[in-house]
Amino acid sequence: MHTTLPFPNEADPTVNDPQHKCIAVCMGTGCTSSQSAQLHQTLREELDEHNLNGEIEVRRTGCFGFCEQGPIVVVSPGETFYTEVKPRSAETIVEQHVLGNQPVERLLYHDPTSDATVEKWHEIGFYGKQQRILLDNSGIIDPENIGHYLAREGYQALHQVLSEMTPEQVIEEVTESGLRGRGGAGFPTGVKWGFARKTQKWPKYVICNADEGDPGAFMDRSVLEGDPHAVIEGMIIAGFAIGAQAGYIYCRAEYPLAIKRLRVALEQTRELGLLGDNILGSDFSFDITIKEGAGAFVCGEETALMASIQGERGQPWPRPPYPAVSGLWKQPSNVNNVKSYAFVPRIIHKGAEWFSSVGTEGSPGTAVFALTGNVNRTGLIEVPMGITLREIIYDVGGGIPGGKKFKAVQTGGPLGGCLPEEYLDIPVDFDSLQEAGSVMGSGGMVIADEATCMVEFAKFFTKFVCDESCGKCPPCRIGSTRMLEALERITEGEGTPEDLDEIYWLADGMQQGSLCALGQLAPAPVISTLRHFEDEYRAHIEEERCPAGKCQALITFEIVADLCPGCMVCARNCASNAISGEKGEPHVIDPELCERCGLCEAVCNFDAVIVK
Amino acid sequence: MGEIDNGTVDLSSMDEVFEQYSEEQGALIPILQKAQNTYGWLPGDVLELIAERLGVSPGQVYGVATFYAQFYLEEQGRHILKLCDGTACHVRGTPILVTAMEDGMNIRPGETSEDGELTMEIVYCLGSCALAPVAVLDEQVMGRMRPQMIVRRVEKHIASAKKATEA
Amino acid sequence: MCVVSVEKARGLQTACTTPVAEGMIVETESEAACETRQFVLEMLLTDHPNDCMTCEVNGDCKLQDLVYDYGVEWPEPNGRRHVYPIDPDPNPFVFIDLNKCILCSRCVRACEEIQNRDVWSFAFRGFETKLVAGTDQPMLDARCESCGQCVAYCPVGALYDKMSVGLGRPNQVEKVRTTCSYCGVGCNFDLNVRNGEIVRVTSAEDAPVNGMALCVKGRYGYDYVHHRDRLTRPLVRAKWLPDVEERVTEGEWTLVEVAEKRAEPTVSGNGAIAGDAFIETDWGTALDVVAGKFAKEKQAQGGDAFSVFASAKCTNEENYLFSKFTRQVLGTNSIDHCARL
Repeated sequence: MHTTLPFPNEADPTVNDPQHKCIAVCMGTGCTSSQSAQLHQTLREELDEHNLNGEIEVRRTGCFGFCEQGPIVVVSPGETFYTEVKPRSAETIVEQHVLGNQPVERLLYHDPTSDATVEKWHEIGFYGKQQRILLDNSGIIDPENIGHYLAREGYQALHQVLSEMTPEQVIEEVTESGLRGRGGAGFPTGVKWGFARKTQKWPKYVICNADEGDPGAFMDRSVLEGDPHAVIEGMIIAGFAIGAQAGYIYCRAEYPLAIKRLRVALEQTRELGLLGDNILGSDFSFDITIKEGAGAFVCGEETALMASIQGERGQPWPRPPYPAVSGLWKQPSNVNNVKSYAFVPRIIHKGAEWFSSVGTEGSPGTAVFALTGNVNRTGLIEVPMGITLREIIYDVGGGIPGGKKFKAVQTGGPLGGCLPEEYLDIPVDFDSLQEAGSVMGSGGMVIADEATCMVEFAKFFTKFVCDESCGKCPPCRIGSTRMLEALERITEGEGTPEDLDEIYWLADGMQQGSLCALGQLAPAPVISTLRHFEDEYRAHIEEERCPAGKCQALITFEIVADLCPGCMVCARNCASNAISGEKGEPHVIDPELCERCGLCEAVCNFDAVIVK
Repeated sequence: MGEIDNGTVDLSSMDEVFEQYSEEQGALIPILQKAQNTYGWLPGDVLELIAERLGVSPGQVYGVATFYAQFYLEEQGRHILKLCDGTACHVRGTPILVTAMEDGMNIRPGETSEDGELTMEIVYCLGSCALAPVAVLDEQVMGRMRPQMIVRRVEKHIASAKKATEA
Repeated sequence: MCVVSVEKARGLQTACTTPVAEGMIVETESEAACETRQFVLEMLLTDHPNDCMTCEVNGDCKLQDLVYDYGVEWPEPNGRRHVYPIDPDPNPFVFIDLNKCILCSRCVRACEEIQNRDVWSFAFRGFETKLVAGTDQPMLDARCESCGQCVAYCPVGALYDKMSVGLGRPNQVEKVRTTCSYCGVGCNFDLNVRNGEIVRVTSAEDAPVNGMALCVKGRYGYDYVHHRDRLTRPLVRAKWLPDVEERVTEGEWTLVEVAEKRAEPTVSGNGAIAGDAFIETDWGTALDVVAGKFAKEKQAQGGDAFSVFASAKCTNEENYLFSKFTRQVLGTNSIDHCARL
């Protein structure tokens, strides 16, 4: 049903017109890091030169998801998809494609898995198995133009809620949709809202958790950058549902672009009366403040997040009382992840039934992952729940690069788990992943190939947790350090079989004795790798051997004489002067002097340095 | 227990910040962020001024300032190199970038070079995972960094900045 | 340490924050709770010096008691340990050894919630979390008024009374409950007595007026008791006494050298004692001098020539007598008391 907002002329319908002439330039963080802002500028200048600026829109969009290939440019009509576009290619695009109507062959995506060149956006294998519900505006709209969002049926849900629904009906609709919290725990969102509504104490707060701290994850950032209004609309609806008048978005300071887009979006929303007093003429008032995080992973934990908003050290509080009863400034508060809020307008607008028809029965809807690591196509993906890990890694991600073998998939970030090959056919949903010993998490998905040492991998996550533990509970504060030390002993060849027992014991103690999810789940990466890759741990301990050839103390480097042209690059880079050889002659590494830093292997252009 | 070495800082530039946040509840963190933008780090005098103006103890301000990774309690180098060691960057080679910097420029993570030119820090995820491994030199993002490139890029950056100031 | 098992609740609950609900079944010594406590204790011990033998609080240490009660064995030391300087703070009353600190935050809360001085807080995070005064300053620069509340609440030997270091451990002292004599509040505390000497003052939870709280004078102002400069016999200026040189020579009285700036020596070349020198006499002689002079002045100028200032260190009965003496013997109403704070 289409309701009419009081400002019909604000919507910009060109965004839905496939014939509209437009050059879309991705302005997500990934692409702007590769100069897409300059590219945008150059494209406009080029069009200016041909007096085409009024005719063809150059649009700054959110993330296309295919960050690996950035900067991304899509030319419409026709959705021609250009990858790795440098500012200097702007001229070619304008002259050859826009004026000459010929796609620029060299900028099209070349699929390494099929060795084919793909011209159209939706023909690219990366998008094949994706189902974009949450990211349906990313790459389409200009996130800084509310007119685009309005044309994509934005704020229709809010209008519907304010004009036709009671808060209870809103909560019922969200509950019925089966939406589960996208922060990782998967708690039913509607139920959570119901708790906050029930508490008879005001003011209440709606808080958006945008403190995406998992290393290797950027889902929330992309949503905020690409479609900020969806998050804002979801929060306003949540505010109406629970009876709150104020909202906070707690966003990492490391995401300056997301913060900027949010500020712009909030300003536009206020101007149109979608935020502030008496929203859309109703008696409901609500406003949102942005709070910038200051660099603490633990602030992704909801109580630590609220402590941080209050200007305190980000240390979690014990629960109960739950935030729905006593949260921010001891007032009832509802904390949800960015993606959870962004789903809400879609659910309200299209109905709970529509949403629950996607995905699986227990985990309806889609999952957004940041697919990274040793996989051919990295980027931001959205897939229906229930898809298998194999489909994600091989069909969406295009498999493992360099002909290497798959080893493990890590989900849930530093508090998640690793799964090996034999789990690749399980469906991806909250419950199946948990059953398999991993977690859904917020959406980080890192692929490890055979060259990844799982002990070192576990050590990496444990080091992260040590750095990020708030220090309140001794099991996490001290336990994570002891865990790291045990892993260090193993990777240094000094481990004993007792260290494995100690790891299990520490994991159990941390899980039982920590207040928040960080301490409780911190051992998960270690335990899941130990469970699935125990042989690798034992090889380190019993044979003093690192099968993946990663642990410095257990490997030696050698130069294969046949491959070494004697370019001297390795010798120049070696800090311990362990490499000798004449120019043009094969070089040799002195194992006595070698500190096994691996720099020679990394700098060698001929793959002549190998690990023994 | 070393006292923080203050030197002399002009505290008057904080007035505007206090003005801006006078109405806001829980404004300590944004005020610290603004202070760091102004001074480049958080000198002890500034911390004490903030405590006084917010009516909280210096200990509380210090506790918060040391809790969050974003805040510096020591003067930083003229240039800041951030090496991302998020998962994606880690598996794609950040450790080797660290080694290259250690060997090539004699600087370790968290340290500032003796000449005060460069501070190198490890950060967890800048969200540019597709460009892994990522380094950020002053505000400039350097994606897909290789060990042989990083030292050269940093040296060049420092040298050209020096030249610019001299000119 | 406060975790308990609550039926139907997921995982262990913190007893100190979980509200009681109708029909709730709580098990305080469940297997899971005890195992977690053991784990927490063992974790703490991995970063705690194994020096109970020389520790000041041996025998009065919560960590020691719990480790004993839960049968935790001392873990093999094979990991990172904090190494902080011992007694780094110039505060004359508070001894700090952060190596023993278990980061329980009791000192932080005592200072903040009871004393309202906010000296202590935690800085840094994770394993590096550290107790600091102010911005990691000396305590006295961080608004500390040396009340010692933090020491009183420290469950281990991380904060201790500096004046008492090495003078006796809990099982070596006898505790004598007394009332503070400094002011009129009437705080109670325990004098810790060893070999007849006060070695420490500890506050007590069951003190009706003050509980664990004490001020700097009550907690640390006891050193006058055994001080060598303390007056135990009366001193009278030589000029008010008869036959001074003779009786000093005979050893009946003693010439006392007190720390004061003098223009002339107490004893001149010919053996004459200066008139303003102090002579230690007996009470009878001293009171005779006082009584004689009181009588003379009263006769000459009347009772209102006197005013009297009484001490909080006296008992009520003594002060009552003082009042009687002032009004009836001296003949004046001009009497006041030092405890009018």
